[in-house]
Amino acid sequence: MRWLAIPAEAWRAIGLNRLRAGLTMLGMVIGVGAVVLMLAVGQGAQATVNQSIASMGSNLFIILSGASSAGGVRIGSGTTPTLTTGDAQALAALPSLNHVAPVTSNNTQLAYGPNNWNTVVFGTTQEYLTVRVWNLESGRPLNASDMRGASRVALLGQTVARNLFGAEDPLGKIVRIKNSPFLVIGLLEVKGQSLDGRDQDDTVIVPVTTAQTKLFGSPFPGAVRFIMAQARSATQMEDAEADITQLLRTRHRIPADMENDFSVRNLSALAETAATSARVLSFMLGAIASVSLLVGGIGIMNIMLVSVTERTREIGIRMAIGARRRDILLQFLLEAVMICTIGGLAGVLLGMGAAWLVSELAAMVVVVSGQAITLAFLFAAGIGVFFGYYPAYKGAVMRPVEALRHE
Amino acid sequence: MQPLIQVRGLCKDYPLMDGRSIPVLRDIDLSVMPSDFVAIMGPSGSGKSTFMNILGCLDTATAGDYTLAGRSVATLNHNEQAALRNHLIGFVFQGFNLLQRVSAMDNVALPLLYAGVSRAERRQRALELLRQIGLGEYGAALPNQLSGGQQQRVAIARALINRPPLLLADEPTGNLDTQTSQDIMNIFTQLNREHGITILLVTHELDIARYAQRLVRFLDGRIIHDGEIPA
Repeated sequence: MRWLAIPAEAWRAIGLNRLRAGLTMLGMVIGVGAVVLMLAVGQGAQATVNQSIASMGSNLFIILSGASSAGGVRIGSGTTPTLTTGDAQALAALPSLNHVAPVTSNNTQLAYGPNNWNTVVFGTTQEYLTVRVWNLESGRPLNASDMRGASRVALLGQTVARNLFGAEDPLGKIVRIKNSPFLVIGLLEVKGQSLDGRDQDDTVIVPVTTAQTKLFGSPFPGAVRFIMAQARSATQMEDAEADITQLLRTRHRIPADMENDFSVRNLSALAETAATSARVLSFMLGAIASVSLLVGGIGIMNIMLVSVTERTREIGIRMAIGARRRDILLQFLLEAVMICTIGGLAGVLLGMGAAWLVSELAAMVVVVSGQAITLAFLFAAGIGVFFGYYPAYKGAVMRPVEALRHE
Repeated sequence: MQPLIQVRGLCKDYPLMDGRSIPVLRDIDLSVMPSDFVAIMGPSGSGKSTFMNILGCLDTATAGDYTLAGRSVATLNHNEQAALRNHLIGFVFQGFNLLQRVSAMDNVALPLLYAGVSRAERRQRALELLRQIGLGEYGAALPNQLSGGQQQRVAIARALINRPPLLLADEPTGNLDTQTSQDIMNIFTQLNREHGITILLVTHELDIARYAQRLVRFLDGRIIHDGEIPA
């Protein structure tokens, strides 16, 4: 009975001071609302980055051909065609690597009927799509016979298909790439933006042999722009990098005192950096919002201290008729907790509303997770207990005779 | 028969800032039997209010023994003292000490809340008691809507709601006019005679003290008279 009656007393006291309780609550509403909103924005950013990372593929290396130098002027990675499909085949035999795909690419004009479009054409193998975790929406993948025969077949990205074919189904149609006819054998799934904001769907994929011999041509037979390799697991990344370097140095017959004529880039490290910065952003937004929650909590403490002082005589009367210390403590503590939890609930609603507005108006990805809401709400209740305890304790340990004498 | 209140060698000192202390009660001995009606008189500062507060477990003595209904109060912890105030003692103050923003009925029912009585029973018993003291229609009234006499009757009802054997009244008529004072004193007399409630009453006025059967006079923290009320 007592355990129900004291919350009722606390609730009545809040009801008697509605304006004050409401204003105190407002601090919590804004604090919790800010936390919910900021966590939603931060988690949205994290989700965007994570999606980009997942779309890139995991445990990836890009092996670029080396920098060329003419008269001491070094031009940049990939300018000397030192990597070949032969290198790719040799790399594929390494036990630390899962998949290896040679890639050559160029910007090329495409045409279908009256429509034309300029895009990046990738000459590669089916394994490229495997490591990028990129599936076909329809049609068939590139196969070994396409590679051997350097067939004029192509897989279209969604952007390219939309620009050339509109609503028409491109499967089985002939597109002209650099004026050569190519049979469309497949349509790639939507991939979205890459980490650096490129539209990954604006692409066409053809067999690497076809690209080398029939599209781009090159004075260096078998040369590719880069090789993409996937390690067997995240723990084998270092081993794989050493294996790749050693194998390519042997194949390219590089003496021990010479630099590599290729470079190996770890894409997972890049992804890790992006993910870390998104986490830091999320954490910082949360931390900033927590400050407003803290300010709200101090507001609670302030008001509860005033309330305890103002109601000292009431405390004395309650003690004189039999209230125990813990009855007084509980009553004032519950007042603070009630104000905080009601404010917290309203804040959660406010934060969710604001998050919705942000996603609608700013077209940002926001993720309102149940976890964040629970966290913000529990934090609010915790603030009620933490900041409500001292004033309540102050009231509870007063000596009845002194509390009664208080004017 | 065992005394309800047994006080031996009770002292109360108030510490001063400079480390010394002033004695307010010095070596008080008093014993009150159940159903006694005792008036306590004395000039301001004679220690009678402090004595009442100690008897009511609102304050603690510096030295000496105080036994209430067979229990030595000094040995009790805070919770046990709160239980004594709740079950054994009803307190009536000069300034009524009602909760201002709470209805008369809820004021009367408040001690039952701390006794763990259900809400329905609290309300029922409070209404019943208000009816007995002639305030049946004022259950929903706030204290500031009532006259002084009515407020003091509400306070008396609150003191009695838990059926305590002991009623401590610290100048209960101090803020009331003569007629109302007489009404209040008649209630006390009735409670003492018909219900056997032990009453200790602090007052300045001999006329009020005459309602009691025994007079205790305080002066400078000591009892200087304990016995008959002078005619």
